Amino acid sequence: MGTQSDIKLIDENGLRLDGRSAGDLRPIRIEAGVLERADGSAMIEWGGNKIVVAVYGPREAYPKHNQDINRAIVKARYNMAAFSVDERKRPGPDRRSIEISKVLSEALSAAIMVEQFPRAQIDVFIEVLQADAGTRIAGLTASSVAIADAGIPMRDFVTGCTAGKVDGKVVLDLSKEEDNFGQADLPVAVLPKSGKIVLMQMDGDLSVEEFDTATSMIMNAIPRINEIQRNALSSRVKVEGGGGE
Amino acid sequence: MSSLFPVNVGEEIMKTREVVLPGDEVSLGDLKARNGLYKNGESKFCSAYFGTIQRSDQFVDVVPFWGTYMPRRGDRVIGKVIEIGPSMWIVDINAPYTSLLHMNDAPWRINPGDLKRYMNTGDYMIAKVLSLNEIKESWLTLKDVGLRKLEGGTIVSIQAPKVPRIIGKNGTMVNMIKDMTFTRIIVGQNGLIWLDGTPGNVIIAIEAIELVKNEAHTIGLTDRVKALLESKKGEIVGNAE
Repeated sequence: MGTQSDIKLIDENGLRLDGRSAGDLRPIRIEAGVLERADGSAMIEWGGNKIVVAVYGPREAYPKHNQDINRAIVKARYNMAAFSVDERKRPGPDRRSIEISKVLSEALSAAIMVEQFPRAQIDVFIEVLQADAGTRIAGLTASSVAIADAGIPMRDFVTGCTAGKVDGKVVLDLSKEEDNFGQADLPVAVLPKSGKIVLMQMDGDLSVEEFDTATSMIMNAIPRINEIQRNALSSRVKVEGGGGE
Repeated sequence: MSSLFPVNVGEEIMKTREVVLPGDEVSLGDLKARNGLYKNGESKFCSAYFGTIQRSDQFVDVVPFWGTYMPRRGDRVIGKVIEIGPSMWIVDINAPYTSLLHMNDAPWRINPGDLKRYMNTGDYMIAKVLSLNEIKESWLTLKDVGLRKLEGGTIVSIQAPKVPRIIGKNGTMVNMIKDMTFTRIIVGQNGLIWLDGTPGNVIIAIEAIELVKNEAHTIGLTDRVKALLESKKGEIVGNAE
């Protein structure tokens, strides 16, 4: 972010490095129920991102002093594998992943009916196997599929998308190069049915007009991503039904 | 044998019930919303689960495909002793929370500190949820008809939302499996099932349960379970009448 370079991220035709135009998403594929022992699970491939999410619970919260007498606590744990990035990442939680874990937990708590499970905890393990910009949003999008897969009551899905500013232009769903050498990055997650925002962070600077363009681009992309989430779940039942119509 | 069960052959096609995802609006018609639904900001009823819609005479429910068991008062559950206190057994009932069984709710005359002689850790029981409070602390009782410590037998587990399918309407499904495999079966509301009988028969009964478990969201399930059990008739011991 912010590092000026000679790389031209948008060509004279308005196309980006990977050939997308400003409002295009990278290809997204979500699969639900990939892990046998987790209560719910999902895998997402979003561009170059590869993330596996496992959900456990609700189960009694430990340590006991963390229990909330009124609601369940959602414990998301965002973790990047050492091999997920070009340079080896030192394993274990760092400042960045602790922050992401916190904001993702809060975003998920907004959708999950936590008040139905007093004293309980819901664990969401988000393992980033391959990172390619926008991992927090990809992880969150997959998490809500995994939670629905676990049979935990939710008000709505959580669907996320990013937008940013690259070469002075606002574009949707930044790739790794655009994230590294662009001017701003704006990850947003919403509850698609109501349009309520559950996560919004910004890195870099955007003017008010640019911010408005970016958010409206994201809001347009959300239904498309939500459709992929829904298909990931409903396709799972058709398979389990023994191929019956 | 077959006269005991309603016969409606010919439905080979598997029909799936209507599938909903979290946040989907559910049309109620004249019915009332019951489990698995919530009112959104515009006071419309929406599904809270990834599951199927079930409409009865009065109510609409959303039944999730998977999910944990949440204890309710009066449920008959199968529990496993995990810890023993001076006057209480701590029981795992396959829910997010453990449950308690006080010695006064057991059918024996017990001296405090002497609970181990009656039920030790790892023992199973069929118990009833006696009471439940706001923070989901629950107490069990063994003092009712049919409640007891389970000796011997095998335990299999299914997802709690699928228990009604295992039982069937008025117990048709479970009674059919019982009668056709000559196996004693107790189904707990919490998704644990206890089976006892000749090992070969128990295996066939478990096979039938697995079929229900995997195809719980389809219609015409009783017939398919029946067909499975009919095809295994030769392997069942004690079938000579």
